[in-house]
Amino acid sequence: MIFMPDSTDRRILRQLLGDPSASNAQLAERAGVTGASLWRRMERMREAGVLKGIHARIDWRALGWEVEVSLRFTLDKTDPRAFDNFLAALREVPEVIEIQSFLGSVDWRATVIARDMAHWQQVYRDRILTLPHIAELDALMLVSTISDREDLPL
Amino acid sequence: MTALDPTDLAILRLLVEDATRSAAQIGRAVGIGQPAAWRRIRRLEQQGVIAGRRVVLDKPALGFGVTVFLGIKLAAKGRTGLQDFERAVTAIPEVQLVQHVLGQFDYRLRITARDISDFERILRRRIMTLPGVGQVEANVVLSEERRPGPLGALDTP
Repeated sequence: MIFMPDSTDRRILRQLLGDPSASNAQLAERAGVTGASLWRRMERMREAGVLKGIHARIDWRALGWEVEVSLRFTLDKTDPRAFDNFLAALREVPEVIEIQSFLGSVDWRATVIARDMAHWQQVYRDRILTLPHIAELDALMLVSTISDREDLPL
Repeated sequence: MTALDPTDLAILRLLVEDATRSAAQIGRAVGIGQPAAWRRIRRLEQQGVIAGRRVVLDKPALGFGVTVFLGIKLAAKGRTGLQDFERAVTAIPEVQLVQHVLGQFDYRLRITARDISDFERILRRRIMTLPGVGQVEANVVLSEERRPGPLGALDTP
């Protein structure tokens, strides 16, 4: 069954994206629906997979992980299993917090964190450079996040 | 820096999975009472370890089929150049993430568009017209996952 979110569902999602920490009562009021209706619609969107989840965001810097690097990989695709092997190995690196695959000049990107530059060097040499099938690799070191918002023009 | 004990880490793992879990549910899962769980969650929030919530939606199902990462190099640098660029880029509604980085590019951006032609419009009208913009590289996201990170590795009970 294909579920199509209607304008009320979209209004609820807009409010949720705008303030993900709002209580259900606050969301219901802002979206102009009753508490029961909000609950029913949220459940339906969860079941249909439109609302995939609400997760806590961790600030790794507050935990002493000072270094964040965006690593971009181009793979040697002569081995047909390169993609699968690479992803499986990348998932084993505990310092990886985000992975994307791309259509373009870059095949994979990962966000990797480390406690400090000495730790970063260690992670880079022992865990990243040892990943299989890497043809090219470049790194962008995070200076600061200017904006990070999940909202969509729904 | 904040020192966390294994119970804190277990709580963080549960909230990263589902931030809507109640203090009672969390307490039961980690073997402490509801008031103790509530106090710990509150402390983690006050320390800034829990920095809010992330809502994950099936974007294609909502009509946003394309996510693109852009690497942007500025043509002209200098402090005012950065400020002008940052002010203009954060005002674009389709831009979700703006990060100042060191390396081959100066900024990395994440953009959500309805489809490729919508992305082309954003790129031409909004991105290429940004003040100081130089080289731009675009990569279309095929798949994406978030990992628990070192939370899983720190605590092995």
